[in-house]
Amino acid sequence: MHIVVCVKQVPDSAQIRVHPVTNTIMRQGVPTIINPYDLFALEEALRLRDRFGGEVTVLTMGPPMAEDSLRKAMTFGADRAVLLTDRFFAGSDTLATSFALAMALKKIGEEFGEPSIVFTGKQTIDGDTAQVGPGIAKRLKLNQLTYVVKISDFDPENGGITVERRAEGGVQILSTKLPVLITMLEGSNEMRRGSLDDALRAAKAEVVKWNAADAGIEDLTKCGLRGSPTIVKKVFAPEARSEKAQAIETKDQSMEAIAHSFMAALFQRQPELEGELLRFAATQYGQEGLGHG
Amino acid sequence: MSDEHFDAIVVGAGPSGNAAAYTMAKEGLKVLQLERGEYPGSKNVQGAILYANALEEIIPDFREDAPLERHVIEQRMWTMDDASHVGMHYRSDDFNEEKPNRYTIIRAQFDKWFSRKVRDAGATLLCETTVTELVRDSKGRVIGVRTDRNAGKVFADVVILAEGVNGLVGQRSGLRSEVAPDSVALAVKEMHFLPREVIESRFNLKGDEGVVIEAMGTITNGMTGTGFLYTNQESISVGIGCIVSDFAENGTTPYGLLEAFKNHPSIKPLLAGSECKEYASHLIPEGGYNAIPELVGDGWIVVGDAGQFVNAVHREGSNLAMTTGRIAGETVVWLNRRREEMSKANLAEYKKRLEQTFVMKDLKKYRRIPDFLHANKHVFTLYPKLFNSAAQSWFRVDGIDKRSKEKQIMGAFRKSRSVLGLVGDAFKLARAWR
Repeated sequence: MHIVVCVKQVPDSAQIRVHPVTNTIMRQGVPTIINPYDLFALEEALRLRDRFGGEVTVLTMGPPMAEDSLRKAMTFGADRAVLLTDRFFAGSDTLATSFALAMALKKIGEEFGEPSIVFTGKQTIDGDTAQVGPGIAKRLKLNQLTYVVKISDFDPENGGITVERRAEGGVQILSTKLPVLITMLEGSNEMRRGSLDDALRAAKAEVVKWNAADAGIEDLTKCGLRGSPTIVKKVFAPEARSEKAQAIETKDQSMEAIAHSFMAALFQRQPELEGELLRFAATQYGQEGLGHG
Repeated sequence: MSDEHFDAIVVGAGPSGNAAAYTMAKEGLKVLQLERGEYPGSKNVQGAILYANALEEIIPDFREDAPLERHVIEQRMWTMDDASHVGMHYRSDDFNEEKPNRYTIIRAQFDKWFSRKVRDAGATLLCETTVTELVRDSKGRVIGVRTDRNAGKVFADVVILAEGVNGLVGQRSGLRSEVAPDSVALAVKEMHFLPREVIESRFNLKGDEGVVIEAMGTITNGMTGTGFLYTNQESISVGIGCIVSDFAENGTTPYGLLEAFKNHPSIKPLLAGSECKEYASHLIPEGGYNAIPELVGDGWIVVGDAGQFVNAVHREGSNLAMTTGRIAGETVVWLNRRREEMSKANLAEYKKRLEQTFVMKDLKKYRRIPDFLHANKHVFTLYPKLFNSAAQSWFRVDGIDKRSKEKQIMGAFRKSRSVLGLVGDAFKLARAWR
């Protein structure tokens, strides 16, 4: 069985700064990390491999320095790393990125075996679109399972998989056929500490490096800036807001008095609320239902 | 457990560990270097001044690509009281030589560069891997290390402990005792950013010239310690450090001390308009010669801060670290070539070679200084006050004749520290210095 995990090297959001004039993220000198959501995908892939056998390949598209993130992924136990890097990929939006990754995945299938599962994190912390995973699934005609919290059943023999998917208002239990693309939700597992052997192997491993041509990409108009219809019109930082907290004295006060001063403070801040509450109470309980509050 | 066997394992990727690993890897030894930080330099803190000579011995052409900030052309030595300083400045165009002698550096960048060189030389580096203890055979010889990774044992002919001031692995393995609070200084520092041009005009510099200020006096609140200010390309490193046991007795906080130092009227204008973007703290071994632990044993060698190799009087540490690391590496290569055992007796060659270098000679020379300073705290308060008030009375023109002024100054010295005390201090210092 072959599993591919797509990861992205992102600036460590805890340490980035925003350029005061252009409002763009200043990446220079900021440490990079593997997109945290991708780590849940990687760990899930490693667990499946440990249980069912096979190989885990990590794939990323990025500048040459993204090799660091791949090597890091290998210290956790990934078997192989592929870096898709070419200046033609610069400036890719989610459409161009999913195109390039899909092409690389095809090539990986040819070179190292067709993947049964392609994993991604639910989204990246620098783009936050959650579009690349589904984009890959669509292009490669993979069944897609997004926002997965748990793989509850996996049957590689018969090509079936059942997962729990976090949906609005509840959890969906979905079953489908392999091959699939899964985007993992955060908190679904905990990344392991790689063994010493994994770390040694990662330090010495050759990362497979492909440019556009190596990945079988002929149509360069679908790559990078040229292949990206998304235009960033404006970037701005939200105004900083500060509202003062108000303390309400509760010492030596009756419950009723506390409730009173609380409501009074609330209505003082939001005068419309009093009328709305009264109208709501009237429709719910009728006039007599209104207390003296 | 890893099946791979290494010629040497180096614990730590600071200056001493990198020097040792580089020296051995370059000579073809199979070297594994283990670093607990996320990347080399992520845990390392220094002022920081790089002394070119020690690095030249390891990487002669380091100037070609090492991340250096400014070469030092001016040294200011200040003795401060609360409002003033008496200074000795030395500035020379000779320091604008083709291969400058000292540089200011930023360690996070420098250590990454050094580590790249180590890996290019052929060593294998594992980060985020903490060595928890040494592994011994039935005869008690060290044969490898245990790390905090799963199946984390790995074996080698010799382990070089370049683990830094705390020496936790050495302690846990019973090679040494805990660092004594009175033989280690706690230093805090901040990085203040300023545009290049501002630094150059403020310190009277051109190009990559740099200034170093070392200060002592009432700034340390009666404790044994010093303050410093170094110019980088676009930032200023400012910090202060004192002996840990003094902090405990005195009750002053390190950051409180730094805050006061930054607000001293002699320092404040130098930092005006800057933005503090980084702060760090670090322990510095300042016990000197007498605090050096056992340096070799069967299968192990200690280098750098872990061996207390710091010359506190001259503010030198990283050069001692690199030199001890290099010599340890050379010793291992020498034994490896001769197919000799890495036994305590054979590794004693490291100590023998160290004795021939400035490292041991300097530490030996100043071996009495830590005790002298510990017993004579007034050196940090009384004399700075006296010197500063003497300077003020000398330079203030106020109608008092010069002879009376001389008498006033001499009187102040005698009053606050009897003639016997003055002579005694001078004698003790001279003896410790010798």
